[in-house]
Amino acid sequence: MKVLVGVKRVIDYNVKVRVKSDNTDVDLSNTKMAINPFCEIAVEEAIRLKEAGIATEVIAVSVGSSASQEQLRTAMALGADRAILVETEDTAEPLTVAKTFAKLMADEGAELVILGKQSIDSDNNQVGQMLAALTKRPQGTFASNVSVEAGHVAVTREIDGGLRTVKLALPAIVTTDLRLNEPRFAKLPDIMKAKRKPLETKTFADLGVEVKQHIQLDKVEAPAARQGGVKVGSVDELIQKLKDEAKVI
Amino acid sequence: MATLLIAEHNGTELAPATLSALTAAQQIGSDITVLVAGANVKAVADAAAQCSGVGKVLLAEGDSLAYDLAENLSELILSVAGEYSHIMAPSNSVSKDAMPRVAALLDVGQLSDITAILSDAQFQRPIYAGNAIATVTSNDAVKVITVRAAAFDKAAATGGSAAVETLAAPADSGLSSWVNDELTQSERPELTAAERIVSGGRGVGSGENFALLEALADKLGAAVGASRAAVDSGFVPNDMQVGQTGKIVAPSLYMAFGISGAIQHLAGMKDSKVIVAVNKDEEAPIFQVADYGLVGDLFDVLPELTEKL
Ligand SMILES: Cc1cc2nc3c(=O)[nH]c(=O)nc-3n(C[C@H](O)[C@H](O)[C@H](O)COP(=O)(O)OP(=O)(O)OC[C@H]3O[C@@H](n4cnc5c(N)ncnc54)[C@H](O)[C@@H]3O)c2cc1C
Repeated sequence: MKVLVGVKRVIDYNVKVRVKSDNTDVDLSNTKMAINPFCEIAVEEAIRLKEAGIATEVIAVSVGSSASQEQLRTAMALGADRAILVETEDTAEPLTVAKTFAKLMADEGAELVILGKQSIDSDNNQVGQMLAALTKRPQGTFASNVSVEAGHVAVTREIDGGLRTVKLALPAIVTTDLRLNEPRFAKLPDIMKAKRKPLETKTFADLGVEVKQHIQLDKVEAPAARQGGVKVGSVDELIQKLKDEAKVI
Repeated sequence: MATLLIAEHNGTELAPATLSALTAAQQIGSDITVLVAGANVKAVADAAAQCSGVGKVLLAEGDSLAYDLAENLSELILSVAGEYSHIMAPSNSVSKDAMPRVAALLDVGQLSDITAILSDAQFQRPIYAGNAIATVTSNDAVKVITVRAAAFDKAAATGGSAAVETLAAPADSGLSSWVNDELTQSERPELTAAERIVSGGRGVGSGENFALLEALADKLGAAVGASRAAVDSGFVPNDMQVGQTGKIVAPSLYMAFGISGAIQHLAGMKDSKVIVAVNKDEEAPIFQVADYGLVGDLFDVLPELTEKL
């Protein structure tokens, strides 16, 4: 079974983003970039399926700028067999990314696609669901457990009330939640080896993916800052403040 | 302009988040239809019909809708989508699952988690864990939107008298089936609906120690929340996680115990009206957003607070 796994280059999760002074976007110049944490979990899950003898090949796919090669190399150092970069200098919208994956899924004959549930930059949480819709396949979103059995995959999902397990016919799309696994770190020899693994670059035109602007970004602003409060010295003072000043108890 | 609003419910009651999304819908236009989907949800549809500003309620009941499977729910929404300019839902684990699917089937973009409505096509939504607010315009004829409930006041649950029409449930897709649920049982208020929240982090140390937070929560009639670290460590179940990738809350009172205040956690609670932080590290970032900070050991503070309230 071939597994496609999504890898997005995003701001490192430890870095607090700055908004550009002209409010056109956020400022990512000289910012530490990394694999989106949820994509890292997706890569780890795919590699575990390969180690378990279930996946025959793991293909890491990124839609993004040429700099995304760095994240694809990391994915290959972690264990992906090869990588495809669909290169674009413009921010790709979720629907465009989903259409790209749909085409690659068909071209590669992938039976399982594992994506992060959301990227920590745009916070959209859409691509996996859109991909499932476009390919008319089932989806297991927000997965905290994935188990592949003959012809289907059982996915335990993190839902608002707790956990829900569903069984999906293959091919299927899974999106990862935080508790699915703990990603490994790349080892130096594997980083060296990854440099020689195949990384193919394609464009939307190569894949016949039509790019439309559905949602346009007009402005980006910093959120209203919260006024810092006061420190209280005791539990009694805290209770008094909550009662008399804040009036919340 | 006409809006279809997908109701959030628990099978028997309309969730308060639906009322917040209703307020958002009213800001777009006055022609509002509420869709209630599930296995046996007539009571929810009747409740939706009472809400102020609701023009019509569509009730879809059937086995295929019993477990909120996105494959079926999206087909249901699609079957009536042609009549609406806006398809909206409060942001929750059902709508996040189904709405992007609806958007893709309509070949339109989707707007996630909007926090303000500037016009029928222009909206605001948080990006980068709420560290930036984007103003976006949808160029599509149909706008598929999830609404951050915490950003909108609740519409009145009474005053309306809409007609309830039935809608045929879709056939099961045959692609996906429900296996089982492990739902968290709790007598306490639901996190996203609670007026007060008592939340614990890694500093709480264990699942047993969460009893200290529960005791305070019970005194206050509060819900209990947690940081990712507390969930990852197995102290509490996943549905208690507050943050960028968990639940977004904005109660009148949010009390954080043993939580450092990582940006991902703040993203889920910084719009609370009053924030209290108790942490033994006076440098903890949570104090930068707290209205009232108490530097101290939570194991001393919690019992004293619970006793004195
Ligand atoms: C992709 C991604 C998504 C994430 N999403 C979320 C999310 O949705 N929600 C979320 O919460 N996190 C999220 N995180 C994790 C986040 O980055 C932090 O790791 C997490 O919030 C830390 O939890 P914590 O504050 O409980 O633990 P820590 O950061 O370890 O803080 C524990 C605090 O407890 C204090 N403490 C310890 N003992 C005591 C005591 N006896 N009395 C008083 N204080 C004490 C310490 O001083 C410390 O400040 C996410 C991370 C990533 C990468």
